[in-house]
Amino acid sequence: MAEIKDTIARLFPEATFEDGDTLLVNIPDKRWHDLASTLRDNSELKFDFLVTIVGMDWADKLGCYYYLTSTEYNTHISVKVTTEDKEHPMLHSVHDLWQIAGIFEREVYDFFGIVFIGNPDMRRLFLDIDWKGFPLRKDFDESEENNPVSVESERQSDFTDTWVELPDGEVEKRQVRVFQPEDFVVNIGPQHPATHGVLRFRTAIDGETIKKIDVYMGYIHRGIEKICEKLTYPQTLHFMDRMDYFSGHPYHHCLCMTIEEAAGIEISRRAQVIRVIMDELSRIASHCLFIGTFCMDLGATTMLFYTLRVREQILDIMEKTCGARMTFNYGAIGGVMQDLAPDFVQDVKALLEVLPRNIKEYNKLFTGNVITKNRMEGVGVLSKEDAISWSVTGPSGRASGWACDVRKTDPYSIYGELDFEQVVKTEGDSMARFKVRMEEMEQSARIISQLIDNIPDGEYCVKVPKVLKLPAGHWFRTVEGCRGTFGVFLESDGTTSPYRLKLVPPSLTAAAVVDHITRGNKIADLITIGGSLDYIVPDMDR
Amino acid sequence: MPYDAWKDNEYIEKLVKELQANGTNVVVGSLDKLINWGRSNSIWPLTFATSCCGIEFVSLGAARYDMARFGWEVARSSPRQADFMMVAGTIVKRMAPVMRRLYDQLAEPKYVIACGACAVSGGPFKKSYHVVMGIDQIVPVDVFLPGCPPRPEAMIYAIMQLSRKMKVEKFFGGVNRKENQKEFLKAHPIQDVEN
Repeated sequence: MAEIKDTIARLFPEATFEDGDTLLVNIPDKRWHDLASTLRDNSELKFDFLVTIVGMDWADKLGCYYYLTSTEYNTHISVKVTTEDKEHPMLHSVHDLWQIAGIFEREVYDFFGIVFIGNPDMRRLFLDIDWKGFPLRKDFDESEENNPVSVESERQSDFTDTWVELPDGEVEKRQVRVFQPEDFVVNIGPQHPATHGVLRFRTAIDGETIKKIDVYMGYIHRGIEKICEKLTYPQTLHFMDRMDYFSGHPYHHCLCMTIEEAAGIEISRRAQVIRVIMDELSRIASHCLFIGTFCMDLGATTMLFYTLRVREQILDIMEKTCGARMTFNYGAIGGVMQDLAPDFVQDVKALLEVLPRNIKEYNKLFTGNVITKNRMEGVGVLSKEDAISWSVTGPSGRASGWACDVRKTDPYSIYGELDFEQVVKTEGDSMARFKVRMEEMEQSARIISQLIDNIPDGEYCVKVPKVLKLPAGHWFRTVEGCRGTFGVFLESDGTTSPYRLKLVPPSLTAAAVVDHITRGNKIADLITIGGSLDYIVPDMDR
Repeated sequence: MPYDAWKDNEYIEKLVKELQANGTNVVVGSLDKLINWGRSNSIWPLTFATSCCGIEFVSLGAARYDMARFGWEVARSSPRQADFMMVAGTIVKRMAPVMRRLYDQLAEPKYVIACGACAVSGGPFKKSYHVVMGIDQIVPVDVFLPGCPPRPEAMIYAIMQLSRKMKVEKFFGGVNRKENQKEFLKAHPIQDVEN
């Protein structure tokens, strides 16, 4: 970390540093783009993975935290850029360095009204085109009258705004077309059985070939981040179940870890083991449902019934311990909510026994099928460079040859002591994304079998003060969710509720990359590609 | 659940009383019975899911809960072929016009089940700036089904209640013409078309 600091200090004397869990660099906005390109291109730094951009409102100023990771050196850094102008806040865009930044910046614009100079597409991302105000600002008027419920269709526009910096330093607003007048645009969604939820694609096609896709999100934007600012820390936990409803356990794990780290709570070994087992069980259940729905999208309806058989078995195990089939709310600050059910071990062992047989059956039924191969092999290829630039993590990233499993790169909890392999494939096509998930189920089973026989005794939840106050500061933690890297950014001002809680979902980047992958493919392949990326819409919309 | 408890529904009792207040013609009444028997045993849902509840709806369709037992398995992707929509999941302000349009596209007679806490009242997102606090603000609702998400068994119960409601309705008495064209056009004016 010291070397990184020296390198930056040498090149950018105006930068100031704050030490924390990651090194934080403060930089004035006018030098930010230069620093960004140095961070990405300097051979000693190589921060090629933009994890997230966290928009912030500190009452007197607005700004962003940029979280960056180097995939080569496995180092992390964060950069803070601020602006004092609250009327017309502007920062410089870095969309030309990291492709995903374009979408992240649109999100910040939507929530905070910060305009990014140079970003070619500065539309709102989640909210209506005519939405009044910027919801995550502290002075946002939340009254129903400000933005009433309407049943009139939303105004549509083929234009987008962009702010361009002229050579003399002036910034000019320009209007650009999203689609050209001669484009033939087909609307897919939001109510469509194959978009896996309420996602909308405006698809420009030339014959059957896709020219461009404009992704519309926000049809299930529930404003979780804003609600959390009004709740106490334990009250924020249950939203984790309702974002990516398949990986409730890993998400809980992440938020609990962040809060525990901030509060300095040490949790028992028993709770660690229970959390890891639950994470892996939900990974198996999640991948099972992925295989089922993905195959159903491709026309193999029968597979859904085979995969749901295993999923129901896992849900039974969860239900006995957590008391719910889907929204478990099992993680708690300091451990887990309840102790394991008496026959937990026995049930899990029964599952581990039938799982290999089931996976074999799936492969026999589906993977080797000629139609499957024709529809999936070579369809929707994502290269490793693009996967990193678009921040496509999780199984989809690993299918492109990017070893991005957080359990291996930054082991958290007890993952460092466990013996398992990171599944990486290099083809980058839909088939690879499918196979990675198939093999990950085996690895998850391997992890569970190492732990199930020796769950240590001890308390399942340590004593935590009823009213939890965190010290002022900010923390960022990531875990490996079922669909990729899930991150929690928490800023506290010393009170009982978070000042800002930013959730970094893996599905957002997976949906953003659809446009890039599908260009030049046939429109029928959109279903295959979208399905294989396995995004969950409430996860990306929050 | 005991059978008597399942039948205990004040709303439907009231509906029956209202319908029987004026008496029924023997021929029309018998035809009503026949048609309602058929309709209430083949209710086709619209595949409409926005979040978690939708996954429980998938479970409802799969082998373990198997809604095909009751004649509900024909989930249609087009609202024009469906009888009812199960609003499974949160409805937010951006989705509200879309949902209203889907409801308008359902062929009469049509029904709505508000499935899950979010659709009933906003649920855990009560403090949100973007969630519609109950879909009854947008469309008329026949059955409210609480739960977060409701278990598949609860969904079966909700659709059974809907089926009971269908059984006591008068098909020839205007159930299939709740909204006539004139009223519809008044509510949804189209440019250059006179009402």
